[in-house]
Amino acid sequence: MIEIKHLNKTFGDRHVVKDVSFTFYPGKTNLIIGESGCGKTTILKLMVGLHQLDSGNIIYDGRDFPILDAVGKQDIRQQIGMLFQAGALFDSQTVEENVRFPLDMFTNLSREEKDERVNFCLSKVKLEGRNHLYPAELSGGMKKRAALARAIANNPKYLFCDEPNSGLDPKTSIIIDTLIKDLTEEFNMTTIIITHDMNSVVEIGENIMFIYKGENWWTGNKTNILQRTNEELFNFVFASDFMKSIFTAANQSINLHHK
Amino acid sequence: MKPFFHLGRYFMLMGRVFSKPQKAAVYWRQIIHEINNIGITSLPIVAIISVFMGGIITIQAAFGFTSPLVPLYAVGFTTRESILLEFSPTIVCLILAGKVGSNIASEIGSMRITEQIDALEIMGVNSAGYLIFPKIAAAVIIFPFLIAISMFLGIWGGYFMGVAAGACSSYEYIFGIQAFFEPWKLYYSFTKVLVFAYLITSVSSYFGYYTNGGALEVGKSSTNAVVYSSILILLFGLILTNLFLNQ
Repeated sequence: MIEIKHLNKTFGDRHVVKDVSFTFYPGKTNLIIGESGCGKTTILKLMVGLHQLDSGNIIYDGRDFPILDAVGKQDIRQQIGMLFQAGALFDSQTVEENVRFPLDMFTNLSREEKDERVNFCLSKVKLEGRNHLYPAELSGGMKKRAALARAIANNPKYLFCDEPNSGLDPKTSIIIDTLIKDLTEEFNMTTIIITHDMNSVVEIGENIMFIYKGENWWTGNKTNILQRTNEELFNFVFASDFMKSIFTAANQSINLHHK
Repeated sequence: MKPFFHLGRYFMLMGRVFSKPQKAAVYWRQIIHEINNIGITSLPIVAIISVFMGGIITIQAAFGFTSPLVPLYAVGFTTRESILLEFSPTIVCLILAGKVGSNIASEIGSMRITEQIDALEIMGVNSAGYLIFPKIAAAVIIFPFLIAISMFLGIWGGYFMGVAAGACSSYEYIFGIQAFFEPWKLYYSFTKVLVFAYLITSVSSYFGYYTNGGALEVGKSSTNAVVYSSILILLFGLILTNLFLNQ
């Protein structure tokens, strides 16, 4: 479990993250949603230590990450898997070498055990037989899957995904979302997904935080997000007039049915 | 440019680069990879330039020595001294600053803007140590060999081209390259090479590592890496020459 408490972050005179608190649960897909530029990725980067926070607590299973020493931070980071927006695969390494990298760095497994683990992870993301391809030879969806295989290679307790389906077609997006959800349940990871893709929200949003202008504006899950309880959230979920008209028509139909 | 800011940040980065390796076997594998990447792939350009420059120095020396009081073996002597003392250690390192320095800065810079360095950091890897230390170590190991090859090819390039052009005879050239040889000058030359190898790789890595932005900034980092490496090579060349040769 990861708890964030009263996070604050400013860049110059811009207050980007304002007193954000939330709890991310293990075995669930925890989503941070919001429009572009609202501070989602900044929260994620604060959580993994890529940005220094101004104030607040980030508690990984009882350990407050920002106040840990370098060894403590490294210990927690070795339990983190991260899927970047563009994959961030190492260009000079093959898919297999990318997945093997955390095993080489942090385990004393034998070569055979590493091979076995690499093939297991690649099979989990359905990339069997692609071991020797370079990132430049992969499609967008395959890059995401390879990056996901690397992220889970070292059995992480925490999985962070920064817009995992940006740049992907709707069908591939659903495949990636389902894959993340299945892996989260199978390995009981605490998974945090940054997204502004509504398909992802309604497919896998088990615990959702909606960020609006750097603040935690709404929390809930995929079933109650469609209820019109919050103007900003409604405008985010139904961004286009077309979607709003469908929602209104659906509501009218339900009301008539009830009458 | 803010010199003290960059100097401070450079030394802080070097502190991370030279911290204890997390996994020696992985670092060693990277060093071998970089020896090939930095050293072996530079061999053709070093060889071509050395052979031709040896020939040019020989012909120019023969052209300049018109007085009958200057013996013709001075052509071989001058070629050897020029190549051993300055051409191979300094000029070849300036060329390598262009080739290797821009390569390192753009490679690390691209890794920065595509979040590959962030990925390393989040995994708990000391990204500075993992990326930069093997490059510095590889350059310090392989540059002396490259420069030794450059010296050899430069002197023999001078021989073949000088004799072929009729600038001097074979006997005089061979006699000249052996005349008044002082082995300690090689110590001076190779000390320069080690310092330049470190400067080229560390300065280029610094500019690459702190790239911020997109493709345009990667290009700027690459240019800065070559410019500042070249200036530092000349500056440290002057300092070392003054220390070794100014008696």
